[in-house]
Amino acid sequence: MNTLKKLLGIIWLLLGPVVIYFLVQGAITHIDPAGKKDINNPVIWIIIITIFTPIAVGLMIFGYYAVKGEYQHLPENSNEL
Amino acid sequence: MNQTTAAPASIIRQVIVASSVGTMIEWYDFYIFGMLAKTISTQFFPEGNATAALLSTLAIFAAGFIVRPFGALVFGRLGDMIGRKYTFLLTLILMGGSTFLIGLVPNYKSIGMAAPLLVLALRLIQGLALGGEYGGAATYVAEYSPANKRGYYTSWIQTTATLGLFVALGVIMLVKLNMTDEQFNAPWGGWRYPFWVSIFLVIVSIYIRMKMEESPIFTKLKKEGKTSSNPLKESFRNKANFKMVLLALFGAVMGQGVIWYTGQFYAQSFLETKCGLEFEQSRTIMLWAIAFATPFFLFFGWLSDRIGRKWIMLTGMFLGVVLYYPIFSTFLKDTDSKEWYKTESKLIQEDRKITPIEGGSIFHRTAHFETPDGSKYTQVFTDTVLINNAGAPRRYFELSNPVLTNKKVNTTTYFKFTFLVWIMIVLVTMVYGPIAAFLVEMFPTKIRYTSMSLPYHIGNGVFGGLVPFIGLLLTTTFPQNPLVGLYYPIGIAALCFVIGSIYLSNKIDKDVTD
Repeated sequence: MNTLKKLLGIIWLLLGPVVIYFLVQGAITHIDPAGKKDINNPVIWIIIITIFTPIAVGLMIFGYYAVKGEYQHLPENSNEL
Repeated sequence: MNQTTAAPASIIRQVIVASSVGTMIEWYDFYIFGMLAKTISTQFFPEGNATAALLSTLAIFAAGFIVRPFGALVFGRLGDMIGRKYTFLLTLILMGGSTFLIGLVPNYKSIGMAAPLLVLALRLIQGLALGGEYGGAATYVAEYSPANKRGYYTSWIQTTATLGLFVALGVIMLVKLNMTDEQFNAPWGGWRYPFWVSIFLVIVSIYIRMKMEESPIFTKLKKEGKTSSNPLKESFRNKANFKMVLLALFGAVMGQGVIWYTGQFYAQSFLETKCGLEFEQSRTIMLWAIAFATPFFLFFGWLSDRIGRKWIMLTGMFLGVVLYYPIFSTFLKDTDSKEWYKTESKLIQEDRKITPIEGGSIFHRTAHFETPDGSKYTQVFTDTVLINNAGAPRRYFELSNPVLTNKKVNTTTYFKFTFLVWIMIVLVTMVYGPIAAFLVEMFPTKIRYTSMSLPYHIGNGVFGGLVPFIGLLLTTTFPQNPLVGLYYPIGIAALCFVIGSIYLSNKIDKDVTD
């Protein structure tokens, strides 16, 4: 199980940049000042990319910790935190 | 108080009531803005003004999911420094006060751009307060509860989002039933009443909360001088704790957010927009399903005290991954207009209208049909007729194919749909019921409010709140598949299920006094 946790960490590490790429790509494709749907609204895209980028970075950090084996043992009481 | 000397049951009941009523009111405040969004947008955000449109977008979108995580940080920090009771009293006052004030803002015609600016500011305060409320309520109840009932007691708070939805719907319907549409939509009309009602609810809740004592565990910590002087730093710059914040987010709360939003909100929107179900049926289907599923919040909270939180939440996510596609396919199939056309429907009523235009007229036909199995629908047909110089019809342009609207399914299908939505809400109760206790038990007392609030609100506000937008994005990109919008909640729930299964522990930390 510990090996699996480490191996999957690589996937979480790579997933972060993939998410950011698709969001930026989606924004470039769909932003349309003449469009009336939410999806055409640049403000919404700016909000989403601004909020999601730190979350994607968080996923990468999660992956990094997993690769380093940090999740092999979870704290069993607060003294371990 | 330690885990062996729990507070008396009467005190715990008061704590649960005080926390739940306040949280329910906060949800009420939050929902009425959404339910009255159309009226509000015409009063405060007029069409054709780019700046007002921008403010409108921010007001409707921002408070929903940008501001809540920030509220979690601001009020979480306060809660860990000065105490749970006073912090979530403050969030209640801010939330209720800003809701009441939205009801007092003059409309755009009276004060111009000041109207949308004021509404935006009040919406941001609402979002911040909501971000701080839940963590306080969950922590407060959990720190009073005995270890073997923590899941059950905190699950009462989980019912409040649903109850807030019911009260909001009830108050709006009550006001609407007692006046005409014109009176309701007037500048100082009935749409403002639900906002004003909020102040009475808040006063009652403040009265209840003022009578409560601070959490015994926090009081003890404060007496010993062990509270955190910088909870944000300790939560997010302490690697051991930050690891757990990330695990809570990606292994539990992210999936909980999408399951919650899909079951409780996306289902209704899907029935109305994709299936074309009439307003009353789609609303009552949701209401019946929610009413019958709500007790399961308490059941799964109770069960989590016995078998652990992890697998209940992850089973809810797994079932969502497996069941969403067939359930939504059934909705589409049973309301498929092509199938309805095949049956020999009986014409019940027909309205024809001809609107003169230059050189001809537009012909409108609205026909109401009933199928042999008792389903009903309205067929709307529009055509243009141009008249030549001799006065004879010259050409017909079919502007649109007949459109089926206001579909009303028969009784059997109605119960079937209610049952399917009920299943989805039960999945919500599986992921949502045990989560307060799960998060409380993950973090130590001195930084608990801060540490649990942020992942919770990112999971709910960001991942859950994005369900409709990503759904629209996918539908626009792949228009041939009406179910493509489900790939986002299914994908996120599946990812969370994998991470949760592999990395989370099912062990319940009985001790939250540390």
